[in-house]
Amino acid sequence: MKFTLKIWRQKNATDKGGMVTYKVDAVSPDSSFFEMLDQLNQQLIGKGEDPVAFDHDCREGICGTCSLYINGRPHGPIRGATTCQLHMRSFRDGETIYVEPWRCGAFPVVKDLIVDRSALDTIIQAGGYISINSGGVPDANAIPVPKPNADSAFDAAACIGCGACVAACPNASPMLFVGAKVSHLALLPQGRIEAERRVQQMVAAMDSLGFGFCSNTYACEAECPKEIKIANITRLNREFLAAKLAAEKEKNGGFTI
Amino acid sequence: MIKLKANAPGVPLADQWDAYKAGCKLVSPNNKRKLDIIVVGTGLAGASAAATLGQLGYNVKSFCYQDTPRRAHSIAAQGGINAAKNYQNDGDNVFRLFYDTIKGGDYRSRESNVYRLASISPEIIDLCVAQGVPFAREYGGLLANRSFGGAQVSRTFYARGQTGQQLLIGAYSAMSRQIAAGTVKLYNRRDVLDIVIVDGKARGIIARNLVTGEIERYSAHAVVLATGGYGNVFYLSTNAMGSNVTPVWSAYKKGAAFANPCFTQIHPTCIPVHGEFQSKLTLMSESLRNDGRIWVPKEKEDAELIRQKKLRPEQIHESKRDYYLERRYPAFGNLVPRDVASRAAKERCDAGYGVDGHGRAVYLDFSDAIERLGRAEISARYGNLFQMYQRIVDDNPYRTPMMIYPAVHYTMGGLWVDYELMTTVPGLYSIGECNFSDHGANRLGASALMQGLADGYFVLPYTISGYLSHEINTPPIPTTLPEFHLAERDVIDRLSRLKKSGGNESVDHLHRKLGKIMWEYCGMSRNEDGLTKALGLIAELKAEFEAGVKIPGGLKEYNPELEKACRVEDFIELGDLMVRDALHRKESCGGHFREEYQTPDHEALRNDDDFAYVAAWEHKGRDAAPEMHREELHFETVKLTQRSYK
Repeated sequence: MKFTLKIWRQKNATDKGGMVTYKVDAVSPDSSFFEMLDQLNQQLIGKGEDPVAFDHDCREGICGTCSLYINGRPHGPIRGATTCQLHMRSFRDGETIYVEPWRCGAFPVVKDLIVDRSALDTIIQAGGYISINSGGVPDANAIPVPKPNADSAFDAAACIGCGACVAACPNASPMLFVGAKVSHLALLPQGRIEAERRVQQMVAAMDSLGFGFCSNTYACEAECPKEIKIANITRLNREFLAAKLAAEKEKNGGFTI
Repeated sequence: MIKLKANAPGVPLADQWDAYKAGCKLVSPNNKRKLDIIVVGTGLAGASAAATLGQLGYNVKSFCYQDTPRRAHSIAAQGGINAAKNYQNDGDNVFRLFYDTIKGGDYRSRESNVYRLASISPEIIDLCVAQGVPFAREYGGLLANRSFGGAQVSRTFYARGQTGQQLLIGAYSAMSRQIAAGTVKLYNRRDVLDIVIVDGKARGIIARNLVTGEIERYSAHAVVLATGGYGNVFYLSTNAMGSNVTPVWSAYKKGAAFANPCFTQIHPTCIPVHGEFQSKLTLMSESLRNDGRIWVPKEKEDAELIRQKKLRPEQIHESKRDYYLERRYPAFGNLVPRDVASRAAKERCDAGYGVDGHGRAVYLDFSDAIERLGRAEISARYGNLFQMYQRIVDDNPYRTPMMIYPAVHYTMGGLWVDYELMTTVPGLYSIGECNFSDHGANRLGASALMQGLADGYFVLPYTISGYLSHEINTPPIPTTLPEFHLAERDVIDRLSRLKKSGGNESVDHLHRKLGKIMWEYCGMSRNEDGLTKALGLIAELKAEFEAGVKIPGGLKEYNPELEKACRVEDFIELGDLMVRDALHRKESCGGHFREEYQTPDHEALRNDDDFAYVAAWEHKGRDAAPEMHREELHFETVKLTQRSYK
């Protein structure tokens, strides 16, 4: 297969950057999108040019390292797939493909297609965990968890932190990411204990990092490679409101106003 | 001169760990905060160690090459984690898990370490559940289990097909909590290019900031390597693209012994190779063998027609299928250990019964299971794996059997460590996949996650205190010491040399070449002639790399080609050591099959009289051959027998 690629090139965070056109041919339809980019890079290295930098690692659809808007869609045209699990058979022979980095103020460009997503780590550090020490915990079966809850917690925990939800959102909101973590922990008895504090701290961190707000466009759910459900945002809102009311109640000596 | 002393407590096996903990020296809380520890790698072993050491009060500096610790390759582990909980009441206990692991590793692991691993395993599950890891549950709310290759009990805990991901998120969360608390400082997007030794002790590292290209010095009272395996020496493997051997290789060059480098595990259930530009192999969880039946056609003609796409597997009648694992190993059937399953698949394909286009695949068939349990149940058990398969192969495994073939997966060799997980360099520790101690010549499924977390959460935090108790009067190590300066200069010289090399070959091209040599001559089966030939080929490749690797871009910027060049240069040198190790080991064991040594029915023929030892290699300088030292393995509790899964 043959492709024309329009790729965003940007030397570093301060460079202005712009689209550059490349051609690549003799691509196997069974190649992954990254194997096609590898092929392009081999061509560029052969000509002594700087290869295109992009983030990738496991190439098995689970590490969350990969990113890329492909033809304007995070991770490309396939529903529920990361970029590394996108194969060239999903494109038409001869097609022109646009490739760009995630666009979000909280994710500055590092080089070419690579962005800095450490803001997501900062949100987790604000409370995306259960505060227990290693060692000295009860037997695992001493904390029974209803299967439906465990399954729902797993569905939320399947988030790989790739940032596609932020990239898909017109407001660059990370609500699906935060909602998934809040849901994962709030659905389990172990995580319930700190739920109120956690949701407030994570939302505060999210707000302080320069992300936008959720306006219910559902784009995040449509583009999430792990098909995390929008219901997690609903749960986040509910948890947040409940925590806020509880905090007010405490402040006002037991009365909600 | 390296001395190998395992230092296991001299009491009966079952009491060793308690005896060790009762006698080991502690560091008081007010002294812990004066001590710095570097942890390289943030996978299950590294993240759990960083979290625990931070929680104990040490100052931890954590390094990873990824943009965030949550991406370490432990995420890719699918099937599960073993623990001797006996929740299923099917006769499991610590001894049985220990015994299965020793036997599965073909009696080339260390009894004391493996026993400790088995005895710690129940605690790991307790901790992970308390952290909120969403393991599979029964309707009664209790934990579910499944069985795995090499075991006849159900002791594997799992979180759908993403157990590694969920356990790593647990460890990453625990680590994030410590980052917020200020006890762990994270350095992401860093390559660790050298280990700094001061007065014979590991005291720091030299790292390259992958974003800016700056070379940085970091010091500590002890250095912990948790960098994973080196399977990418084969180019095509199931490892993440960035998985590398560089920190471990630097440690080897600085005096740490490298044990059993040739012990590579070949995983039986991977998606077959499709083409020349392929960059990696995707593993399908071994748990699929619980319900999937493996077969090839009985008749070569049928296999040929399938390869030509003139026949579909569904069209082959039951009586014309050879369920070769069930036929050869009736007691374990499709659940034989990985090395046995891999070798049997290769044997069938080599004999002309392979399916895929190149004849390099066998079938993993779920039709019986779907009939027995229903599609919904199969989907609940393995749905995400089926989806992944379909995406890659473009075929529906609910309708057509999957095609699988063995691929390089896990490396059992690694830095030699004693009972305390310390290498032969004082103050330098190695945990998880990058050490050698627990898996022998073959790793059983669902035991890598167990080892990573055991080392990080429950072993190292105790054992490191013995060493650090002697360091409480050592002030912070200044990075202005001449040893840091020298190590930094070596790193800068190396990078400039690579950058200046004026050839025309890309790093990937040379890496692929190395991979072909390794797979052909030092892969699933080896022989003396092939290995001798490989030594020559690797020497040629090394010369070719030195004369002609082409690296665009600059030193002081984000430069992925330069990163890869360092890794591949180390892989070439490691390849040489792996071949030497394979050459000297004149026996077949585990995943390491020397064609000269096999039983009449083609099973691996071990030689306990001459090879019941760990081969630990010492670096003797750039142009000298490495020297091999032996740690004799003493089996006091288990009796060495021919492994039989029949």
